[in-house]
Amino acid sequence: MTLHIEPIIGRYAHIEIEGVAHRLYWEEAGQGIPLVCLHTAGSDGRQYRALLNDPRITSQFRVLVFDMPRHGKSSPPAGTVDTDYQLTSDAYVAQILAFCDAMELDSPVVMGCSIGGRIVLHLAQRHPERFRALIGLQSSAHVAPYYDTQWLDRPDVHGGRICGAIAYGLMAPQSPMADRDETRWHYMQGGPGVFRGDMHFYKVDGDMRDQLATIDTAKCPIYLLTGEYDYSCTPEDSRALADAIGVDLTVMPEMGHFPMSENPQAFLHHLYPVLDRIRSA
Amino acid sequence: MFDRLTETCGKGSAIAALAPDLHWDLMLQTGDNEYAIRIENGAVIAANAGPHVMPSWQTRLAAPTEEWAAFLEPVPGPGHHDIIALLRRGAMRFEGDLHPLMANLYYTKRMLASLRPEVAT
Repeated sequence: MTLHIEPIIGRYAHIEIEGVAHRLYWEEAGQGIPLVCLHTAGSDGRQYRALLNDPRITSQFRVLVFDMPRHGKSSPPAGTVDTDYQLTSDAYVAQILAFCDAMELDSPVVMGCSIGGRIVLHLAQRHPERFRALIGLQSSAHVAPYYDTQWLDRPDVHGGRICGAIAYGLMAPQSPMADRDETRWHYMQGGPGVFRGDMHFYKVDGDMRDQLATIDTAKCPIYLLTGEYDYSCTPEDSRALADAIGVDLTVMPEMGHFPMSENPQAFLHHLYPVLDRIRSA
Repeated sequence: MFDRLTETCGKGSAIAALAPDLHWDLMLQTGDNEYAIRIENGAVIAANAGPHVMPSWQTRLAAPTEEWAAFLEPVPGPGHHDIIALLRRGAMRFEGDLHPLMANLYYTKRMLASLRPEVAT
């Protein structure tokens, strides 16, 4: 019997972000155009396991996925475990630029989902010259609060259980159960207050509605893909964004908020044409 | 509409095992009717349709009958597949003490989904 070992390599890098030393965990596979993938709020890089394992992509792209500080295997920087955590757009942009600089990536593609789909808009606005292309999954300019995120972090509610339950509902009922379970397990493992802290960026600080006119997609192309079952970032939300910045939107049927993780094989077939266009541009 | 919860989520069921310490009086409102759901040790031991003379409940989930029907389809459509999706659309109200609901949110979702034909357990 042959042991199945995945081609993914996971390592730690010591990277300074906004003047603070971080020990950041990242995984990568493949060679070619750098493709940096950003996980969703309260989760980690395991969401991109299928992408990292897909030879059609890794034969053309060097796929890199880092766990944001406080997420996955990237612990909070020294002395900040008990610090109240609220993600801001400035901090998030700084993380991405620091990672790309540390890895010496030349004109990478950045693909992000949810909060990652939002931050690519900030990257497009602030640093379009640094990126070959940007891909927004479940991307919108803003999401109005629709439940009280205080429930995600309080002493009388198990944080892992409620975060997993929130993630569970955001997935499409057609997605394979094993992948839905994997996806909510990532949420169940999140640190206390991390998902809620990420929501500060998603629902408050990262609002891009008034700044969309400052995005020039001629400087850096943007591709948008959204699952039809997502009620956090609905297809209508993404459609409004796509219309505002003048790009196409792919609506993925029978897909929810976590396309790369809840139904990876179906998602890859939506992603291939986008990557082909980026590669041939 | 919810009578079968005592079968799908009764004592010894897989769903009851998700919340073995839960004791909860949950009211499910559908239009003009109300179903009093009594949960002990995670098991639904009663699902009584109204009218109720002196209803007492900790938490109430209220939605129009057609919204509940769409939610309980074998494969519900986008926006109908999850109670938080209904909440976001303004199609459902969460009322009363929300702690039992939020502390047992996955359990609650699985309990309600157990009435869908394809996923009944």
